[in-house]
Amino acid sequence: MFWNLLSVFLVGFAYIAAFAFSAGLLVKLVGYLRTPAPLPLSATPAPESEAGVVARLLGDVLIFPNLFKADKALWVGAWVFHLALAAILFRHLRYFTYPVPGLVLSMEQAALFFGYVFGLATIYLFGRRLALPRILYLSNIPDYFALVLLGLIAASGILVSYWAHVYLVDVKAFILGLMTFHPVAPPNHPLFLLHFFFVLLLMIYFPFSKLLHAGGIFFSPSQNQPYQIQHAGKRYVNPWDPNP
Amino acid sequence: MAKFDETPILKDPAVEGVLPPPDIREHATAQVRCWPSKEKDTLAIDLPSERLPDWQAKAIQKFGELLDKNKALRVFMDICVRCGACADKCQFFLGTGDPQNFPVARAELLRSVYRRYFTPGGQLFPGLNGAADLDETMLERWYTYFYQCSECRRCSVFCPYGIDTAEITAAAREIMASVGVSTKYVTEVVAKVYETGNNLGIPPLAWIDNCEFLDEDVEEETGLPIRFPVDQEGADILLVPPSADNFANVDTMIAYGKLFHFLGISWTTSTYCNEGGNFGLFLNYQNLKKVNNRILEAARMLKVKTIIWGECGHAWRAGIFTPTLSGSMDDFDPPYPYHISQYVYKLLQAGVFEGKLDKSANDHLVVTYHDPCNPARAGQLLDEPRAIIRASCNHFIEMPSETIREKTFCCGAGGGLLTDEVMAIRMAGGKPRALAVKHTQANYLATICAICKAQLPVVMQYWDVPVEVGGTLQLLTNALKF
Repeated sequence: MFWNLLSVFLVGFAYIAAFAFSAGLLVKLVGYLRTPAPLPLSATPAPESEAGVVARLLGDVLIFPNLFKADKALWVGAWVFHLALAAILFRHLRYFTYPVPGLVLSMEQAALFFGYVFGLATIYLFGRRLALPRILYLSNIPDYFALVLLGLIAASGILVSYWAHVYLVDVKAFILGLMTFHPVAPPNHPLFLLHFFFVLLLMIYFPFSKLLHAGGIFFSPSQNQPYQIQHAGKRYVNPWDPNP
Repeated sequence: MAKFDETPILKDPAVEGVLPPPDIREHATAQVRCWPSKEKDTLAIDLPSERLPDWQAKAIQKFGELLDKNKALRVFMDICVRCGACADKCQFFLGTGDPQNFPVARAELLRSVYRRYFTPGGQLFPGLNGAADLDETMLERWYTYFYQCSECRRCSVFCPYGIDTAEITAAAREIMASVGVSTKYVTEVVAKVYETGNNLGIPPLAWIDNCEFLDEDVEEETGLPIRFPVDQEGADILLVPPSADNFANVDTMIAYGKLFHFLGISWTTSTYCNEGGNFGLFLNYQNLKKVNNRILEAARMLKVKTIIWGECGHAWRAGIFTPTLSGSMDDFDPPYPYHISQYVYKLLQAGVFEGKLDKSANDHLVVTYHDPCNPARAGQLLDEPRAIIRASCNHFIEMPSETIREKTFCCGAGGGLLTDEVMAIRMAGGKPRALAVKHTQANYLATICAICKAQLPVVMQYWDVPVEVGGTLQLLTNALKF
């Protein structure tokens, strides 16, 4: 009876989380898209073409150049953190696809490695929020919460993949069941359920938190505007004051 | 310099011209505050003169409006991850140790209020979400610390997402102004523009008088009929200088005259608009636009072909908004804002000064160049001034690379801070720049901004750096063989 209730709760919560995540993200990102940018704000040195802006944003997202200028140690921690996160997310496609693409399967050997790296990077980022006086001063509860949640996800994920094994078949049946709207009971494996639950919490938390930097960076006018003020015929128009 | 309380200022030395981040000293600058605005000025610029009785509700309403009208503000409220990359980059922190001058902490003053009133987390569980009420204490902190930011954008260079704290400061100031909270210096300057055409309150007759004086004086000195025309209809070029060029930085004004005389080009200034420096830039959009409109109005009144912006930082920052704020410039050539440094740079490249520049005329100078914030971080003007200096001088030395170009340190008095009641924050803010100059052992500090030319001599004297501060164009005209 308890088990059935828990199943129902988790399945329901999974759908709520998926909805909250996608709807929340949509509302926020569309909000950024539709809010007008009245004045040109590109940060010097700025590219003068749209292609240049694409290159700038790609660079921002892949190698964090501004952070590199700012703080080398933090750059290492943050870049490794995000690289490992990307690798882990990519590898997790094996739970959401059937058949599983070869590229995802081939990451088998490296998967645990990235898990540990991510865990260590999370500990570093958390630790610096306590150990460095300036960072301690400026950190607030949501900053610690996000790292703790991610750390719990990492820890439970590593444990359940390699040390307290859960049957892959049961996991895939559960996930694919959810995705096809024919839900089945989750595996009766507490550690897996914890991992899954923490991930759902993260999904709900995401659109209400600073994790929005993931999509928001593309809407930062300092980075996404070309400098075309001195291109004839390219007057920058303020959407709410277009004909002064 | 009049005596002032120096306790906010840290006296630790630099290392190889670069200031290491100091230890935190909470509340170090909490008492450094601009004087509040005067009624005659706020009336003149269409702002409430006293704090409105329902200021809290009105302020939150205004905040909501700004969030809907400014993508930058909306995005920057959400995406800061408090990584701290910006924290030790602000000169006002580096010079004082006050952690409220971390750009991230300054932004949190606005962001915590944003969360409280505009996010579900902040409305339901403010304590857990870093949300705060907009109460008396918060307003006081806003007034103190948003007028300890010079809107120089140095922080945005180091932020992974380019969060521009200047936009956040500008929004906070606009909210405060809308409920009757603004500073004397900024509002009185904007009011003076509407009354006299410039920030210093120089009436038209005084401007004309000064130009006529320069006509005589410069001809006597050079033997050449160099003129400083005013309100000349049909001139080729309308020059929009900072008014300080005809008052304090006269060498720059003389350089403009010599340049145009050499080129044989007719030019003029306008008594309707003899000010590039737009203080509406750090007050609110309405005044930013109204001040800027005067430039095109003057140019059309005088039927000039080209508008050139002079050596002024805020002017260039607002100037590049001109087609957006004030309308198409298609009736001018070029049909967009144009800076004197770019104009001269083009001429240099075209060989106009070939064989006419004697660099040895500046051999007594060891020159270093201070990038003013606005040209360097919004205006794409990094190389042109340097090219002008290199063409005119034999001895040019750059300051440490992390203190120049887009990473330049603010002089410490931009954004409405060039006022004596905040001398402590001005001297502290100017410290990183002063120590970088000291490291070069230069004796001439060239720059292209009138606020910098007013602030830097005081800063250099305070930090014991024996250097002369001056414009860039005058180095070229000093070397010109007519």
